[in-house]
Amino acid sequence: MVQLTLPKNSKIKPTGKHYPAPAGASKVKTFKVYRYDPDSGENPRWDTYDVDTSQCGPMVLDILIHIKNNIDPTLTFRRSCREGICGSCAMNIDGRNALACIQGHEECSGNKIAISPLPHMPVVKDLIPDLTLFYAQYASIQPWLQTETPEPQKEWKQSPEDREKLDGLYECILCACCSTSCPSYWWNQEKYLGPAALLHAYRWIIDSRDEQTGARLDELEDPFKLYRCHTIMNCAQVCPKGLNPAKAIAEVKLMLADRVV
Amino acid sequence: MSPHLQIWRWHVTMLTSILHRVTGVGIYLGGLIVAVWAISLASGPEAYGTFKALLGSPLGKLVMFGMSASAFYHLGNGVRHLIWDLGYGLDKEQANSSAFVVFGFAIAATLAVWGIAYMTGAL
Repeated sequence: MVQLTLPKNSKIKPTGKHYPAPAGASKVKTFKVYRYDPDSGENPRWDTYDVDTSQCGPMVLDILIHIKNNIDPTLTFRRSCREGICGSCAMNIDGRNALACIQGHEECSGNKIAISPLPHMPVVKDLIPDLTLFYAQYASIQPWLQTETPEPQKEWKQSPEDREKLDGLYECILCACCSTSCPSYWWNQEKYLGPAALLHAYRWIIDSRDEQTGARLDELEDPFKLYRCHTIMNCAQVCPKGLNPAKAIAEVKLMLADRVV
Repeated sequence: MSPHLQIWRWHVTMLTSILHRVTGVGIYLGGLIVAVWAISLASGPEAYGTFKALLGSPLGKLVMFGMSASAFYHLGNGVRHLIWDLGYGLDKEQANSSAFVVFGFAIAATLAVWGIAYMTGAL
């Protein structure tokens, strides 16, 4: 359902805590960070941190770690690889979804950068969204090789040309930047699979070794699962790996159309 | 629930998408104008005169200007959607530039129609 405003218990109090920069700070930048503590029973709030960026690395994740280590240890966020391969630190930075670890704070516009969790998701705490549904949707497309012919003695072979078809698909790290950028996913996430799951669905549909192509297409032929994609293109605009889920979805639609004509 | 529309910084492709929906609804409602036109036509010269006066008033002209702009935008973006459905033009850069092509087309076509209407004295 389209709900343009936030539910009552999720409305953000504009007046949170303010942490001024230490005396003698040279390159101060302000970070407005979404804070939510489920134990407090209070609504979320924006806390602002004036950070001396001369003391930090270049990425937004460096800033967050600096805040946690030096300013406010209660700030909670996920991070792991710090090099854009695990997808843990996906969040909304300066109004766009990105991985904090590969998003330079100087790439963001202005001197005040807002950081919030991935949009339109239940929040566990601070910058941590609950991705249960997102993972269940990924599982629902059965992301593994399915075959009927007896297993070959050595391996399933694939020509270099067929292997090339997986480029731009297999690189997805399931960070959820795309799905949570998609207004269709915001309004219909119980029924619409979202760009990430659909990109993976296409990854198996187009795999020359997979023998369940027809069943996989049948599964997607549904007014909501696939066709809630209206080519808004936010998914491709924000993907930190430069992939294009919108194009993968269009390919699936084309294959479904090709089946009937 | 985490903030969404409240914090999102829009891409041009998001704007073209929502405008497509808005102009689509607009054109749909504009169908009512056509219906009223047909009814007034069937109801005789007096009713038709009133209808013409209403549509010829500054407000009526403004509505019709909006209708024509909506129709041309929806047409242009509809063609863009058709091209997408054939599997072309889905790269990020292509989608961004085609958005501006559609804007340009809608503005140019609307101005052309009203320019011709003005020059032929139809306004």
